Amino acid sequence: MGTESLLVLFFAGLFFAGAALIVSALIHPTSKNPQKKEPYECGIQTIGTSKIQFKIGYYLFALIFLLFDVELIFLYPWAVAIKDFGVIAFIEMFIFLVILLLGLVYAWKKGALKWV
Amino acid sequence: MIITALIIAISVITLFAVLGLVLVYMERKVAAFMQIRLGPMRVGPWGIAQTLADTVKLISKEDIIPNGADKFLFNLAPLMVTVIATLALAPLPFSDKWIIWDSNVGVFYVAAISSLTVISILTGGWASNNKYSLIGAMRSGAQIVSYELSVGLSLVAMVLLSGSLSFSDIVMTQQDAWWIFKGHLPAWIAFMVFIIASTAELNRNPFDLPEAESELTAGFHTEYSGMKFALFMLSEYINMFIVSAVAATLFLGGWMPLHFGQDNFFNHIMDYIPPLVWFAGKVFFIIFLIMWFRWTFPRLRIDQLLTLEWKYLLPISLINVLAAAWITVTGWHF
Amino acid sequence: MEQVQNIVSDRELQGSNLQTQEYFINVGPQHPSTHGVLHLKIKLDGEIIEDVDPILGYIHRSVEKMCEKLSYRQIIPITSRMDYLSAHINNQAVALAVEKAMAVEVPPRARAIRILMAELTRIGSHQLWWGVMGMDLGALTPFFWGFRDREMITEMFEETCGTRLTMNYIIPGGVATDVHPDFIGKVKNYIRHLRKKLPEYDEILTGNRIFIERTRGVGYLSPEEAVSFGCTGPTARGSGVSCDIRKWHSYDGYDKLDFNEVLFNEGDNLARYKVRIKEIWESLRIIEQVVENFPEGEVMGKMKKVIKLPKGEFYQRVETARGELGVYIVSDGGNTPYRIKFRSPNFSNLSVLKKIVVGSKIADMVATMSTLDLVIPDIDR
Repeated sequence: MGTESLLVLFFAGLFFAGAALIVSALIHPTSKNPQKKEPYECGIQTIGTSKIQFKIGYYLFALIFLLFDVELIFLYPWAVAIKDFGVIAFIEMFIFLVILLLGLVYAWKKGALKWV
Repeated sequence: MIITALIIAISVITLFAVLGLVLVYMERKVAAFMQIRLGPMRVGPWGIAQTLADTVKLISKEDIIPNGADKFLFNLAPLMVTVIATLALAPLPFSDKWIIWDSNVGVFYVAAISSLTVISILTGGWASNNKYSLIGAMRSGAQIVSYELSVGLSLVAMVLLSGSLSFSDIVMTQQDAWWIFKGHLPAWIAFMVFIIASTAELNRNPFDLPEAESELTAGFHTEYSGMKFALFMLSEYINMFIVSAVAATLFLGGWMPLHFGQDNFFNHIMDYIPPLVWFAGKVFFIIFLIMWFRWTFPRLRIDQLLTLEWKYLLPISLINVLAAAWITVTGWHF
Repeated sequence: MEQVQNIVSDRELQGSNLQTQEYFINVGPQHPSTHGVLHLKIKLDGEIIEDVDPILGYIHRSVEKMCEKLSYRQIIPITSRMDYLSAHINNQAVALAVEKAMAVEVPPRARAIRILMAELTRIGSHQLWWGVMGMDLGALTPFFWGFRDREMITEMFEETCGTRLTMNYIIPGGVATDVHPDFIGKVKNYIRHLRKKLPEYDEILTGNRIFIERTRGVGYLSPEEAVSFGCTGPTARGSGVSCDIRKWHSYDGYDKLDFNEVLFNEGDNLARYKVRIKEIWESLRIIEQVVENFPEGEVMGKMKKVIKLPKGEFYQRVETARGELGVYIVSDGGNTPYRIKFRSPNFSNLSVLKKIVVGSKIADMVATMSTLDLVIPDIDR
């Protein structure tokens, strides 16, 4: 099948998960105890809210990832076409990847890859 | 048209269910034998119906949505993770005739779709209104996103060698030998990087930080119970299958029997084994590898995890791409 | 962080609400890595621990107060329930204190049995700890391997003492009964078995690169701090503090045996880990020596029907698998103690936790807590 098979798969997955949840919803017991709905924190009431401003260290890696991932996308068409273009394509991509590596070295030296 | 769609839908749902049952059973048995015990033995001969019984149990379990949780996102996350896992099945060639969507950008498509998993984990973790879940979700954000680079780069190395983004074309290029045999060093490095990085993408030990049991109780799915938890677990196993199928197709020839050179006696004997068996054998071999990691390695710490990716795997795979490109340009591979 | 703060200058950050929020999280009492009902209130900045506050008392049973109403023989079963992984050694401590007060001679066979039981307990405890340590670091297989080998010890105990965990076997005056006829043979078999299996322990965990990375240099405890916090046992010996009671204040004939006190100077988690692994080897050596010259004869000294301690204060210390256990008895001459106090090793070892985990990550805290080898009922008593 062609691209429309993705639509089929999408609905198949949705149907599978949805059906499982609906069947479960029909037969599972429900507790009226209000304590059951408390967030689990090892049996102790949680202190403060969980929707907090979280440490930025995690997002920092996502930012660096974004830079590299955008450049990774350029590699795919090049990888397919390299046989037709030969050495010149290799040299061009070599320069591109060296710049990418330099970027990594820069981030490394700046301490962006160090977990704080 | 509609008939085909229905057949596809039914077979995919069946595959989902069967894979879930088989892989969970396999995991428990592999774990058991590494830990000098028998594993499930009671339900059916050798406990083969154990996972079926567990499914019934999970369906009939109470579904708890904690106070303060974002109800919509909390319910959306397990649906999302299942749909993503289904979508990623599309371009995989199960045998020479069995392929749902013979796309000419299959490799790219799988890389793109499988990177969506992190969104559902982040959603589920954040919506739970639980600090353990929040830490788990944040960890998975940093982890999956980082390791995606290495997965992508090792895919690029294989695309370079085979010269195609289509899975079925890549399988056809391995008619004389699998890439792991004829790809020289770049294929080897790409294979190892791929296995390591995709284990991290799957959140499995030694990279199971998002659900680190001894630190975060259950990580991002702490608050999930019953069928919603089951969907998270099921899609983890489906993703494991997808990753192993990609690895088997790119490196071990997919459904291609073991061939050496052109048209000789050995190849003909190998051809008697059906392609589907070859495919399943390779996939389950890689799944076994990933399970083996899980039951023998301790867990990394978050800073070590990111160091491994950014300071070792990423530079290695960048250079590996160049090496693969050089081999392709000069035609050094067989 | 630096580069982020460079981008957003400090002036902008101050007064704004862009800073990372610190938050509290409760680890325990129902948590997989506290191994019991220990409750830690942790202040976190992202994943870095800023403060730890252990909250005790979830399993407090007022053991010491109970003992004031019990005769000395009845105290023994209570002590088995303190550090349940060193039950034999806890019993031994009370028995020794009573014998010391009454000046009773314990027959040589009873003393040999006591050493055997104590060292087997130590091996079993360290094996369980080893498995749990692996589990805390995310490797589940060592847990089962450790339990496989510990199970054989527990079976030997069961044959002789009738119970598997709370033995109540070592009593004032000697031991309750003679050992099972198969006991010595089984111990000999076990030594052979464990000498084969211990290298496997090293293969799966000690030699693993990830394991070493996770433990080396983590949770550093300096010798001075170890002494000032009153740490004992493998926790202190990992920092190079010599504190083995079996060497310093020998009891039950340990001084006649040839064994080494295991000392490592690094003071980190890996050092504490290595101390325990090497202690298993040393315990094997001790057991071998005892089994080779196993004395014949009585297993019970001359004890009165009703034990009455003379008026006064008595103290006895022993080396459990976790450190120094002290028993302090104040007697008014009656058949129950006027006051009894247990100096439990785990309480002091836990107190050092805050000192060594602040500034590290959650994962490190779990690993460090694991190498302190805490048994919660012994902390609360």
